[in-house]
Amino acid sequence: MSRKVLGVKHLFALLGGVLLLFIIAPMLGMAFATPLASFFSTAAEVEVQQSIWLTVWVSLLATLGFSSLAIPLAYLLARKHFPLKKVVVGIIDLPIVIPHSAAGIAILGFISRDSVLGKIAGFFGLNLVGSPLAIAFAMAFVSIPFLINAARDGFASVPVRLEKAALNLGASPIRVFFSVSLPLAWRSIVSGLVMMFARGMSEFGAVVIVAYHPMVAPVLIFDRFNSFGLKYARPVALLFILVSLVLFVVVRLLSSKNKENA
Amino acid sequence: MLKLVNISKKLGEFTLQNISLQISAGDYFILLGPSGAGKSVLLEIIAGLEKCDSGEIVLAEEDISNHSIQDRSVGLVFQDLALFPHMTVKQNIAFAIKQNGLPHVEISKRVVELAERFAISHLLNRFPKTLSGGEQQRVALARTLAKKPRVLLLDEPLASLDVELKAEARKILRELNRSGQTIVHVTHDYEEAISLGNRIAVMHNGKIEQTGTPESVFSKPASSFVASLGGIRNFFQANLLPTNHGDIMLAKVNSEVAFHVLSQKIGYGYIMFPENSITISENPISSSAHNSFLGKVVDLFPQRFGIDVVIDVGVPVHATLTSDSVESLKIEQGKKIWISFKASSVTYIPCS
Repeated sequence: MSRKVLGVKHLFALLGGVLLLFIIAPMLGMAFATPLASFFSTAAEVEVQQSIWLTVWVSLLATLGFSSLAIPLAYLLARKHFPLKKVVVGIIDLPIVIPHSAAGIAILGFISRDSVLGKIAGFFGLNLVGSPLAIAFAMAFVSIPFLINAARDGFASVPVRLEKAALNLGASPIRVFFSVSLPLAWRSIVSGLVMMFARGMSEFGAVVIVAYHPMVAPVLIFDRFNSFGLKYARPVALLFILVSLVLFVVVRLLSSKNKENA
Repeated sequence: MLKLVNISKKLGEFTLQNISLQISAGDYFILLGPSGAGKSVLLEIIAGLEKCDSGEIVLAEEDISNHSIQDRSVGLVFQDLALFPHMTVKQNIAFAIKQNGLPHVEISKRVVELAERFAISHLLNRFPKTLSGGEQQRVALARTLAKKPRVLLLDEPLASLDVELKAEARKILRELNRSGQTIVHVTHDYEEAISLGNRIAVMHNGKIEQTGTPESVFSKPASSFVASLGGIRNFFQANLLPTNHGDIMLAKVNSEVAFHVLSQKIGYGYIMFPENSITISENPISSSAHNSFLGKVVDLFPQRFGIDVVIDVGVPVHATLTSDSVESLKIEQGKKIWISFKASSVTYIPCS
């Protein structure tokens, strides 16, 4: 009996190992195929640096900007029953299931000069198409479900009794939200913010349609590959992966440290 | 002070039916009943956590039935306490005070006062999960009292405490009530009810079965349910005084009557002894029983098992006899007989 269980465990570990290899091997292969000299010379290029910087700050902007809309909605979804709630939940997951190029087309229509939004921007002398704002919209569109779902789970795990206790102590509902619900759901929300930020940074399909220029890193990688080939795309790809990794490790460390202090 | 008028509430299979209660300022009011009787729901309705289907809640002459939770001047201590896990003890206690726009110094002063009152000053910077059950309870009380509620609602406050802590917590609650705090306390433990309450409402299946002082409820149960809850009708308020016979105390029920009681403690409280512990005889008998009295039979009535004989020895004492004994002793109304029972058959519940 125990030998059999052990056998299954080993088999599953083997299958899992193959899967891990499938994820790691191509990246390691890319790393080994990139000469150190070309990696450093690429990292020194102003165009590459600007592109990575643009990707990071626009995704950050999109994440923080849309969180002020997403977090209240997540709270409603976790706490309240309302008509058509299932439809709302379905709509939120929509960006995950539709092709991102199609999402890009939809957003392009939404911000083009002929649209309401485009006209308003035009009134102030702005063209949304090809602007960092358009990139932020595209990033937010495809990544917002990660934040809403994580925040909703976070709020759902806060005991309702604690909120009722706070109300009983005389706190207004808005104070209860900020002093009890939000801090207690904070870990999930941060995790959702990180996921949204990461997903926004890595978005290519939707972004490339609303803004080829200025180039975000995923578009730059594609552009190098398309114009010069694999050899020239590799160093940029590797650099972007490393920057992303470092960024997420730092954010995770900071957020877990914050939690301990709280 | 707090008046409930015909409160009804349907919750799935369970219904709370026409609950009416009147609680006066300074009362220590006990809602006593088995789990599932609807006691906690009633508390939640008073606090506004649940809306009642019909009825009226009047607090200090004001109908608060439709007030939101935060606008009712009642403080609820949840059974699981519901302390905020992400706040220190200090922040928990300050929570209710903070919103009044008080200056920082004032808030700190109030927190320190409350902490001293409940002996938790040394815990102010700790988080709730690092505290013992008794400490958490005192923090929850301090936090709720910080907003100075007109009525303090307690949901099974002693259920999670061990015997030693229970005695300590009772003392705290009693002192709180003596300082003028009106309290409504939910429990399933009749000893707790007797020991703390000055008024008791017995709840069963969503209804109030009886309301009154502990004495009236337990010595004159209005229904078989209430009787089964206490189980004993020989129930008296008494003052226990020491005697020079070691652990035998003298329980003075009134100026004429005193029973011998086996107890380690003295002071005001309640005594009770079961109906079937009483021996009846025509002449005084010498036995190990410390309690022996001559009395007059005032009433006899059949019970499910045997016959209940009420003997007046200065206070009415109930004795359950077999019909055989009633016949052979020729017991009838007006007859003088002796009753005796052992000091060890008397239970004493102190109230101080």
